[in-house]
Amino acid sequence: MTFFRYLIALAAVSILAAPPALAAEKEIRVTAIVDHPALDSCRKGAIEALAEQGFADGKGARIEFQSAQGDVGTAGQIARKFAGDKPDIIIAIATPSAQAMVAAVRGNTPIVFSAVSDPLAARLVADLDHPGGNVTGVTDRLPLERHLALIQEIVPGVTRIGALFNPGEANSVAEIARFTALAKAKGITIVEGAAPDTNSVQSSARSLVGKVDAFFVPLDNTVVSAMEAVVKVGIDAKIPLFVADTDSVRRGAVATVGFDYHSLGRQTGIIAANILNGAKPGDIPVREVETLQLVVNPASAARMGVHLPEAVTARADEIVK
Amino acid sequence: MSEIAFIGAIESGLLFGLVALGVFISFRILEFPDLTVDGSLPLGASVAAAAIVQGCDPYLATALAMVAGAGAGLVTAWLNVRLKILNLLASILTMTALYSINLRIMGRPNQALLGDRTIFSDCESWGLPYYWTSLIVYLIAILAVVALLVWFLNSETGLAMRATGANARMARAQGINTGRMTLLGMAISNALVALAGALFAQSQGGADVSMGLGVIVTGLAAVILGETVLPARLLVLAVLACVIGAILYRLAVAVALNASFIGLQAQDLKLITAVLVAAAMTLPSVKGRLSARRGGAK
Repeated sequence: MTFFRYLIALAAVSILAAPPALAAEKEIRVTAIVDHPALDSCRKGAIEALAEQGFADGKGARIEFQSAQGDVGTAGQIARKFAGDKPDIIIAIATPSAQAMVAAVRGNTPIVFSAVSDPLAARLVADLDHPGGNVTGVTDRLPLERHLALIQEIVPGVTRIGALFNPGEANSVAEIARFTALAKAKGITIVEGAAPDTNSVQSSARSLVGKVDAFFVPLDNTVVSAMEAVVKVGIDAKIPLFVADTDSVRRGAVATVGFDYHSLGRQTGIIAANILNGAKPGDIPVREVETLQLVVNPASAARMGVHLPEAVTARADEIVK
Repeated sequence: MSEIAFIGAIESGLLFGLVALGVFISFRILEFPDLTVDGSLPLGASVAAAAIVQGCDPYLATALAMVAGAGAGLVTAWLNVRLKILNLLASILTMTALYSINLRIMGRPNQALLGDRTIFSDCESWGLPYYWTSLIVYLIAILAVVALLVWFLNSETGLAMRATGANARMARAQGINTGRMTLLGMAISNALVALAGALFAQSQGGADVSMGLGVIVTGLAAVILGETVLPARLLVLAVLACVIGAILYRLAVAVALNASFIGLQAQDLKLITAVLVAAAMTLPSVKGRLSARRGGAK
């Protein structure tokens, strides 16, 4: 029957597709749930740090990257592929990829996750300080106290902050809940602006005009993808826009004390290199981001109707021209 | 491709086979273009995951997920049959609403099921490698569904449902309540998709509100691919063709994941998948033309 021939042909192709294994080189597998500027810089940071530690692709290591391109079914298949490849280490970027990987990999292949906001809720590890087992990683929980202080410093007398996020993203929901509690203690109200997809980001931002003194965007995949739309609303309505990542300041937001995903990735890469050198993943505590950067954009500030205090620009790590 | 990756692709194919069977009922049997699927897959996953973390038996949780899926299908059918909303729009409305409902059910966008008792963890006591176990569980599920579906579609009600899709006016003239048939068919279709979601959540570590993205596209591609590769009039074969189409589709993804040796990169994945599926689609007609030419030369 015809379809059996297809099956045989496909099986043949799959066997041919098996990559030649080179001994002595460390096999490193990297996956991410979707192609996205922040997750891409995380991956590049990790690969860069690995290279500096002696595990460059082609020199000391063989690095293979696969993106699920937004499809959770494909993420599961990538997890199975990596489990079958039995590499020396797996780096899984973002919660769905990390979960699929932990579900598929049995045995002791080390998994280092990155860009996961709440590893406990995602059940990747049972304990942040002593993960045990074969899984550890880096969380991208935001330094929200610092963010709030920065907004208050640049917009004195701020009482209402509009938070734009996708209620479907686990990380954003958790961060905004934390942000709301922190702000309440300082007498600031958080007004939520829901944007379930990139097309609704602009209208969601517009609906907050007149109700808020500033915008804040957490590390939300949906809203960050459509950052330019928020920047435009901020300029039109003279509402200063604060963000959680440094990339977005370069794209037109006023300021952040964010980390960039590149340094998050570098931290992930260093952990991976330590494991390749013999450290046990179960002994490495799940860490938060260590390097924070103050990035300001004076031009955007002026267009959004605020003036950056001297004290802020003086200590900025980067001033966007 | 390793054994685990190959088994994983077949398993994923069986999973989407359930989706394809659901799509087959709505698109092919009822002629009802139903996009509810993008919402009912995560609905099944959410219900099962939420029930399991609250201590519910995984089999009962899976059954609850199917009931929820059937409910989603009923809503779409009701919007169309009773409120006379265009079928495509009715399904878009349900799918859209389900996004919020799924968030409500889980209370958050992602519910992990790592380390919980699931149908799959129960079966691991068989002593086989875990990937074989989950393949067998999927295989049992899909064979049971195929058998029940074929039996149902050949029963009196099933024949009435097929008549509803084939020629609604004629069916009504024969005394068939076509509205009720649409309601029933859509309920079955979405219950199957929700079953896929429930099994998916249990085998892949959890439910995620974004997991429905593009499910209808894969399901529809699987149905059409199956019909092209295995064109059949016999109902059993037509039903099996959906499952085979889904398996071929996921195998294409697996091959694409292993395509780095010819210089292709991660970002090319969907392109390669599309090319492979297109190739599988055109092969029968190319073959037909070749054998026709050979026949003419004789």
